[in-house]
Amino acid sequence: MDTFALLAQGFLVALEPMNLFYALIGVTLGTAVGVLPGIGPALTVALLLPVTYKLDAAGSLIMFAGIYYGGMYGGSTTSILLNTPGESASIVTALEGNKMARAGRGGPALATAAIGSFVAGLLATMGLALLAPWVVSFALSFGPAEYFALMVLAFMTVSAAFGDSTLRGLTALLLGLTLGLIGIDLQTGQARLAFGIPDLLDGVEVTTLAVALFAIGETLSVAASRNTGKEEIEPVKGSVWMSREDWSRSWKPWLRGTAIGFPIGAMPAGGAEIGTFLSYSVEKQLARKPEEFGNGAIEGVAGPEAANNASAAGTLVPLLTLGLPTTATAAIMLAGFQQFGLQPGPLLFANSPQLVWGLIASLLVANLMLLVLNLPLIGLWVKLLSIPRHWLYAGIVVFATLGTIGANPSTFELGMLLVFGLMGYFLRRFGYPIAPVVVGLILGPMAEQQLRRALSISQGDPTVLVHSPIAIVLLLLAAAAVIVPLVMRARGKGKLLAQLASDED
Amino acid sequence: MTKQIQNERRADKAKPDKAAFVIAAGLAVVAAVIFWKTATMGGAASYARIGPTAFPYVISVGLFILAVWTAFEAYLGDFPEREPQETKPILWIVGGLAAQMLLLNTVGFSIATGLLFAATARAFGRGPLWQTIPIGIVLAFFIWLVFAKGLQLSLPAGPLEQLI
Repeated sequence: MDTFALLAQGFLVALEPMNLFYALIGVTLGTAVGVLPGIGPALTVALLLPVTYKLDAAGSLIMFAGIYYGGMYGGSTTSILLNTPGESASIVTALEGNKMARAGRGGPALATAAIGSFVAGLLATMGLALLAPWVVSFALSFGPAEYFALMVLAFMTVSAAFGDSTLRGLTALLLGLTLGLIGIDLQTGQARLAFGIPDLLDGVEVTTLAVALFAIGETLSVAASRNTGKEEIEPVKGSVWMSREDWSRSWKPWLRGTAIGFPIGAMPAGGAEIGTFLSYSVEKQLARKPEEFGNGAIEGVAGPEAANNASAAGTLVPLLTLGLPTTATAAIMLAGFQQFGLQPGPLLFANSPQLVWGLIASLLVANLMLLVLNLPLIGLWVKLLSIPRHWLYAGIVVFATLGTIGANPSTFELGMLLVFGLMGYFLRRFGYPIAPVVVGLILGPMAEQQLRRALSISQGDPTVLVHSPIAIVLLLLAAAAVIVPLVMRARGKGKLLAQLASDED
Repeated sequence: MTKQIQNERRADKAKPDKAAFVIAAGLAVVAAVIFWKTATMGGAASYARIGPTAFPYVISVGLFILAVWTAFEAYLGDFPEREPQETKPILWIVGGLAAQMLLLNTVGFSIATGLLFAATARAFGRGPLWQTIPIGIVLAFFIWLVFAKGLQLSLPAGPLEQLI
């Protein structure tokens, strides 16, 4: 069956009234939580995972898709109206968007971000639908050795390639891998690093770790920092409608942003927000009025925001087709699949096409809902920004524990939340990235399994890992992902790499 | 102690970073624990050539190398500069989390979570507790209604929840 027939079937699933309802709840919750300052898409998804515990698999994943896209939309509103540099994925949007808001052009900035996100989401989701079957047919020929090489590449790009230090990236990754060792070994039933504690036999929950590192760790480091300067919310003055000139200046950046963002997200290197930075510099060079850049150029909002959303949809390509999470958000989504015993990958496309294509179709539905929800209701979301910090963080901590209690109401699980929360604080304090820890925890055991499978097929001969050209290329890329940045940093170009990294997403 | 390190670092950028040495030592300890635990695992460990011990050994060695590297960077003072921190808010939040953890199964979700809410608000300077604790309990009770009754999440019930 060709892609469009499958997608049409997916729409039949997505347009069922109950599923539409789940999608609506998902986008609403996702936007509401994503708008809150200090909460990026990864945390939004982790915090809202428990809401979906008791639903059926299809409904839960559809709601999840809505939360994911909603979180992305909400984040851009925050960065336009509230200049929070370094906060989350959309630093670049804040660059020009906040300037526009200060100049009283907040309305058009929000509109171009929302419509750009819609256009990018639409095109990139279609790209996902077209690319996925192709990657799946390619991936079906992958053996354990190729999967292992792919995972090594993902480890290296997530931890070492971007950020300001190879050392700290790799250390964060190995911490995640260490946590992944805890529990019963999947192949032999041997308990590892459980220290005789029964609660540890099941291993460390990805959601517990993610919520602790992102929510508790972030709350602790905000509370502990002495910088209590008030952040100013720019009121939205005038109409949210864009003028004719705004439209003509926006549509090309939307398309270019999508074209830049989607491939970057779809590669197993989509860890960093390279797409938004690339798009920003491209727009700056092509702009008719380059002097406006830095003072609120609409192209500087339209392009990066489209790139941001396109790469978010792009990360779903490796996640759905290969089961390979390349960002913290994708790692948590993988955990969402696993709670229903579903393992994303080529087999999921073969075994539950209804589920996969229903999910892809509902991404398109969610995208449309978000456009409708965001433009007219923007005033409502802006009100969420004015929640005082003490109530906001108290609420975040309460919801963080709610998820853990809902999954497993034990004292031990809450104790782990506390310990990992403190770990998250110290990781932030000493400049360690967070995402590699989460990706390492979930991908580590998978990589180990593939490695052992490959070696048991070859009866212990390690050269099996470099028998196929695909595996060799992937491993060489992984080596380059570590070595090239090391050389660049040694030559004093580290600043550029640090800029490309983002804490979340 | 951290403050002292701060001042030292500012005085001379190339001065060794004591806190980073502690991290290096911590990584070395974790590496040693993994190695020791894996070596004494016994059982099924020996029969397969690439058994459940190979991966832990690799990670243990990797962590040890990173520990040495960290110590080296600590000696050079290569870690990013740190802002001075306040400890009191951290103690409030950690205390709130600990209180919720210990009380959850006896007093129920609402009261335990209400205390956590108030403690966190206190960490951000919002008091007084006699005001914020009731606010927190009412909020947590509402959350309990939505999630335990509406979404059938298993949240521990205490005296307050048994009223309905």
